[in-house]
Amino acid sequence: MHEMSLVEGVIQLIEDSAKTQNFSRVNTVWLEIGQLAGVEVEAMRFCFDLVTHDTIARDAKLEIIEMPGLAWCLRCAEVVNVQALYDACPKCGSHQVQVTGGSEMRVKELEVE
Amino acid sequence: MCNVCGCGAGDTTIGGKAVVHEEHGHGHGAHFHVHADGTAHDHDHAHDHDHNHAHGEEKHMHYHLHEDGTSHAHAHDHHHDHDHRHAHSHPHATGSVHYGLGPAGAHAPGMSQSRMVKIELDILSKNDGYANENRGYLAEHGIFALNLVSSPGSGKTTLLVKSINALNGSVPLAVIEGDQQTDNDAARIRATGAPALQINTGKGCHLDAFMVGKAIQQLGLQDDSLLLIENVGNLVCPASFDLGEAHKVAILSVTEGEDKPLKYPDMFRASDLMLLNKCDLLPYLTFDADLAIANARRVNPDIKVIRISAASGEGMQEWLDWIKAGCSKAVARKSIDSN
Repeated sequence: MHEMSLVEGVIQLIEDSAKTQNFSRVNTVWLEIGQLAGVEVEAMRFCFDLVTHDTIARDAKLEIIEMPGLAWCLRCAEVVNVQALYDACPKCGSHQVQVTGGSEMRVKELEVE
Repeated sequence: MCNVCGCGAGDTTIGGKAVVHEEHGHGHGAHFHVHADGTAHDHDHAHDHDHNHAHGEEKHMHYHLHEDGTSHAHAHDHHHDHDHRHAHSHPHATGSVHYGLGPAGAHAPGMSQSRMVKIELDILSKNDGYANENRGYLAEHGIFALNLVSSPGSGKTTLLVKSINALNGSVPLAVIEGDQQTDNDAARIRATGAPALQINTGKGCHLDAFMVGKAIQQLGLQDDSLLLIENVGNLVCPASFDLGEAHKVAILSVTEGEDKPLKYPDMFRASDLMLLNKCDLLPYLTFDADLAIANARRVNPDIKVIRISAASGEGMQEWLDWIKAGCSKAVARKSIDSN
């Protein structure tokens, strides 16, 4: 997916935060990326180095926390793990599952100076 | 450029005019100086500079469309006027090295000057903010907006042209067309008599809410009207970018594969309606329409499906009725909200 645009979004959030929090250098960026977010983590890393090059986050380390895909199965009435959006419930095979977690794309925190 | 989809910011034009991006502020990190007399100090400095230009390479091609219908292109260089305001603090102490003047204001042995900043914001929060503004504006004016998404070549523009002709002025409407380049689609829509504005995304692979907000302002939409947004032909990226629409409508043509909903699940999950297009061709193909619909429902159990053909007119009435019901609802909601 559009990892380039996403990384540009990350940089915008960091630059906004630099103004309000008064920092001038970013050492580490922590992102939370869900398994179901449609984001290719390796492509994200690749773009991150390119996009951050002339920004406050140049040379920053990128840490990606991968969040598991979770869904509520209506038939089992419980939360189950899913690997993809169209997965059936791993317990009962039903497709009546509602994704409850794993679509996150968030900037969690920064280590700055 | 993105190695997955080739997407990047830059060269965006709306109706032929470049989109101006917001200002950027850059800060420089700690600098460490050692003077000839042996004293040393470190300091931070930040500088602001306003960038008013479309991002991208150093040379841009701009396309201008004039009112008389002629257009021209020109290239230009970027001149960056930087206004540097450096604030230096130089604490000098002969023979000493000072590490305690960083933002943290203190220094523990062996520890760096760094600190943690909690952000906890969605990467798409900027886009979502613009999308909410668009949604608020549309609701206030009773406008029913649809975001039409599909692969290139699924027949979106033809379907739009037929739909506009079939609506025959019963609903006032306007169209926003998204493509990487050319004004061709907007021209096809304008030929129906409906107002249309072309957004060229340049390198971008999707429309975002900021571009659509600008286009809405430029179009000057009527109250209680229909807004059709034809997104860039791409089944991947537009799924994540809310534009402020009431519904995403996915168009899948029967000349594609039945498994497309499984290959591109994000898009079919984000859509409320799927139009199975070019159904008049089914007798000549091995395409299994029931399987395609079952696949879409695997990804999104709630998705509504209409089998349609812009060529034969099959399903057109159901699609137009669905649009009209949406328009009436948007108008009704406006009068409730304003009372």
